[in-house]
This record gives sequence, C-alpha cells and structure tokens, in this order.
Amino acid sequence: MAERSEALQGWRLPVLVVLGVLLLAGPPLLTSYWVGLLTQAVILAILAMSLDLLLGYTGLPSLGHAAIFGVAAYGVAVLSTRYQLGFWTCVAGGILAGTLLSALLGLIVSHVRDVYFLMITLALGMVLWGLSYRWIPMTGGDNGLSGIPSLEAHAGLPFSGPIAFYYVALFVFAVSGALMAVLVRSPFGLTLCGIRESEPRMRSLGYNTWLHCYLSYVLAGAFASVSGVVWAYYNSFVSPTYLDLTASSELFLMVTLGGPATLIGPVVGAGVIVLLKNVISAYTARWLLILGIVYIVAILAAPKGLWNLRRGRS
Amino acid sequence: MSIDLLSVIYLITQTLNGLFSAALLFLIASGLTLAFGVMRIVNIAHGSFYMLGVYVAWTVVTRTQSLLLGAIAAILVVGAIGFAMQRFFLRRFAADPLAQMMMTMGFALVFRDAALMVWGGDPFTLAYPRLLRGSVEVAEVVFPRYRLFVIVVAALVGAGLWMVNERTLIGARLRATVDDPEMASATGINVPLLSGLVFAVGAGLAAFGGVMGGPILGGYPGMDFDLLPLAFVVVIVGGMGSLKGALVGAIAVGMIDNFGKVLVPELSYFTLFAPMVLMLAIKPTGLYGRA
Repeated sequence: MAERSEALQGWRLPVLVVLGVLLLAGPPLLTSYWVGLLTQAVILAILAMSLDLLLGYTGLPSLGHAAIFGVAAYGVAVLSTRYQLGFWTCVAGGILAGTLLSALLGLIVSHVRDVYFLMITLALGMVLWGLSYRWIPMTGGDNGLSGIPSLEAHAGLPFSGPIAFYYVALFVFAVSGALMAVLVRSPFGLTLCGIRESEPRMRSLGYNTWLHCYLSYVLAGAFASVSGVVWAYYNSFVSPTYLDLTASSELFLMVTLGGPATLIGPVVGAGVIVLLKNVISAYTARWLLILGIVYIVAILAAPKGLWNLRRGRS
Repeated sequence: MSIDLLSVIYLITQTLNGLFSAALLFLIASGLTLAFGVMRIVNIAHGSFYMLGVYVAWTVVTRTQSLLLGAIAAILVVGAIGFAMQRFFLRRFAADPLAQMMMTMGFALVFRDAALMVWGGDPFTLAYPRLLRGSVEVAEVVFPRYRLFVIVVAALVGAGLWMVNERTLIGARLRATVDDPEMASATGINVPLLSGLVFAVGAGLAAFGGVMGGPILGGYPGMDFDLLPLAFVVVIVGGMGSLKGALVGAIAVGMIDNFGKVLVPELSYFTLFAPMVLMLAIKPTGLYGRA
C-alpha cells in the first residue's frame, strides 16, 4: 500500500476527507439548486473517471468519449418514451447500447495511437453526433427527446425528490469509482500503464497490447454508458448537444484539469467544471470563451492537473 | 436528348462539383498536414482558422466589394494569429504534443465564441466577384464559372506549394525537419522559427480556403467544427505530413462526399467515414504517410 500513501500525501488527504464529507452529508443542508449541481458533478465524475481509464492510464486520448455517454442516454430515452419499457430494461438497454457501440468502434480504433487515436475518435464522435442530429424519426433531431419518466416513478422507489435522486447517483458513483479503482490496481490496469509508458516493451514481454487497448476502450465505454443512463434520468431529456465536440472537449478538460491517471483528479475536475459552468452561465452567455481560457490557463499553470500539483514525481 | 447523354452530363457535372469540394479541402488540409509534419501535432483550431478567414473576409468584402481584398486580408490576419499562437503558446510545449493539442482545443473554443461575439450568429455568403458570375457552357455541360475558378486556383496553390517544397532552400529545410527534427536542428536549421512559419502558412491557407468557399458555402456559427472532421479524414486517408497525401485525400474525400450526398443522402456521414475506416484497417499511416 506504499503507492496509496504516496497518492494521498500532503494536502490531498485533508481535501479528500472534506470532499467525502461534503458529498455524503452535504445535500440535506443545501438548497435544491446546489443539490442539483452536486448531482450533475457526481454523474459527470463517473464519465470523467471512465475517460481517465483511457486517457490517463492507457494513454489513449479520446476526443469522442461524450458520444458513448450520449448514445447510452439516447438508449434510455428511446426505450422509455417510444417503447414504454420498464425501468430495468431501459437501464440495461442504455448500458448495452453504449457498451456494444464501444465494442464495435474499439475494433476500428484500437490499433492506432496518439494523434491518430485523437483524430479518429473525434471523427467517429462527429458521426454519432450527426446521426443523433439527422435521424429524426428515432432521435427527434435537434429538438431531442423529452418526457423520460422520473427515476423514482419508473423504478417504483418509495421515496422521491432531488435529494433521493442525489443519493442514488452517489451510490452509482461510489460503486463505479470503486470498480475502476480496483481495475487500475489490478494486473490488467498495471499492464495498461505499461502500454502507456512503452508499448514496444510490453509487446516484447509477451502482452497482447491490442487486446488490452481494446478492452480498456470497451470498459471505458461501459462506465461512460452507466453515467449516460443516470444522466438521462436526471435530466429527463436528451439532445444532440450531449454528443458534440464541445461536450467531448469539456470532458477532456475535466480529466486533464483534475489530473490524469489519478481517478480522483477527474472527479475534482468534473466538480470544478460543473461549478464554473453553472456559476458563469448565470452571469454571461460566454461559457465557451471562458472554457477555452480555462483550458489554456490550466495547461500553462498546471500541466499535470490539479491533483498532481506540488507532487515530486516527474 | 437521350437518357444516356443526360446521365453522362450529370456525371460530369457531379464530378466537377466533387472537384470543387476537393479544391477547398486541399487548401484547408494542406496546412493541417504540413503543421503536423513539422510539429507532430494536430491542430484542433484549424477549423477555426477556416471560419475566421470567412468572417474577416466578410468584413472586408462588405466594405470594399472586392473578394480579392477580402482574401488578402483574411490570409494576413489569420496567418498572423496562427504565428502568434505558435510563438507564444505552443512553442513552450515543444516536447509535449498532447499539451499542444489541448492548447489548440482551448483556442478553438475561444475563437468559436469570439466570432459569435464579434460577428453575431446570422449566416451569410460572400458576394461573387463580378467577373466570375454566370456559367461556362461546353457542349451540353453547364458549370458555374466561380466553381471552375476555385478548382484552378487550388491547383495553382498546390503547384506553388510543391515548387516551394521541392525546389527551394526553405523547402529543403522543411523536408529535413519533417524527416527528423532533432537532426535538422543540429545542422543549424531554426526549427522553432520554421514551425512558426509553417503554422502561420497553414492558418493562412485554411483562411484562404474559407474565403474561396465563401460565396457558395458562406459563414455560420459552427462551421469550424463542421469542417474539422472532414479535414481530419483527408489527412488520415492521405497520410499525415504529406502534401501529396493531402491532394489525393482531398480528391478522394471530395468525390466520395459529393457522390454520397447525391446518391444516398441519408448515409452521407457514413459514406464519408467509410474510406477512413478502410484506410485505418489496411494502412494506419495513410497512403503517403510514414510511421
């Protein structure tokens, strides 16, 4: 456990404790507006962590990851509004849609690296965005799909309201986060890090690097789908903006701003971006301009991310 | 007129339309691929240069009624923006391609919103130059004069780029840097300056492509991210860093995109990305790219 104590050295442990207490005990004391923001942050944190598996641990920079999230959300929307299916069918359908899509796209992208991976995932993300935009009979086009039933009603839960939803989202977040934390510490996860550091060496050691990259892509897609399903229920509305390049680049920033290959970093990044976006949008419509500037300043000031600030390692 | 003749005319017209798209794509993708060759990064703000070109030209053309002046202004302004971006932001991360690409992503978002702020959200098209209005008629084929002009201009630009690259000292330095930046720098080539120049020229070419397409495709918010995947497909198919690849890729993508839109409009996105997927499966570095 030497690695863990190093990961939490200095200021990180107190920050983590404060964050944990806030997430667990905060909502009953907050107004519904802030509970909403916290819910968004928690759901998007799952998505950011899933991208971290790819970008941080495997070293594959995906600029189309939001598209998987969006497809899962559309899965829930289509199944629940067009076909009126039950809760668990919708959940399973959404996760399956995103995961199967990743399994398919993974076949295309898993043998390219670096710049090529970035360009191809960006292009594929744009294809999916185009599909959601133009396949109007299924997706409603630019208007999106509304009327997704509320989680509590659909699942038949005995309680309701934003705080109840928040704790459901927090539970999904905790389970997903724990699974991903186990994953990156497993031999499989360490192999992914090895591929990130030196793929030729891993290959010469006998590892099937293509398969590892493929599985990493599919797993990241599966967790992104989980996030998409929860988001669909949170917002009860899906539209093509979920899949577009701006969404993917916001997500990319969550991971790189927070600190890649830490899992906790992207959670912090997701929180910071959700907070910034909502606070700034209250004052000005220039969110994209601010986002771009945050991008540039973040790279200049903290190129390894907030969670890696003042850390000795190179 | 027989059906056969009609379909031949139709085929020729669509081929010319495809060549027109290819001409624009070549102007835009050549800058992207050159910058990659020297700096090993993809510039995500490249679509923004294309967009800024149209908008700058729009400002000039509405005041002077001259597309030529608009094009010159667009190339100069956007080229200067590109140079400054490389000089002050990208150069300090020369050893870290991912940081540079994220930086260009940040700039893409800034440019997108800034254009909306400065020029508003209404779509527009640039005015045709007076000389190039109307159509050319050869035998039974009628084709707009302006589109033909753009094809010719792009061919001239391509020839010019090829001449510079193959026949001049700066071209030799460029090729040396593309081959091996470290060795090139050791022989006394100023690689950072060369990178800045190539980045600026690429930005100017993208802006020029935007202006050339302006009278037909016009300008609108979101055009930057609409174009970017197309340019990416061109350089992936052609091979990154290769001018010849940009040409072949542009023609392939222009033709496929055009015929795809005409024949199977519902699948136009798929017909466009199919060649990219195929190319990746067969040769991930593209037609003329090197690993």
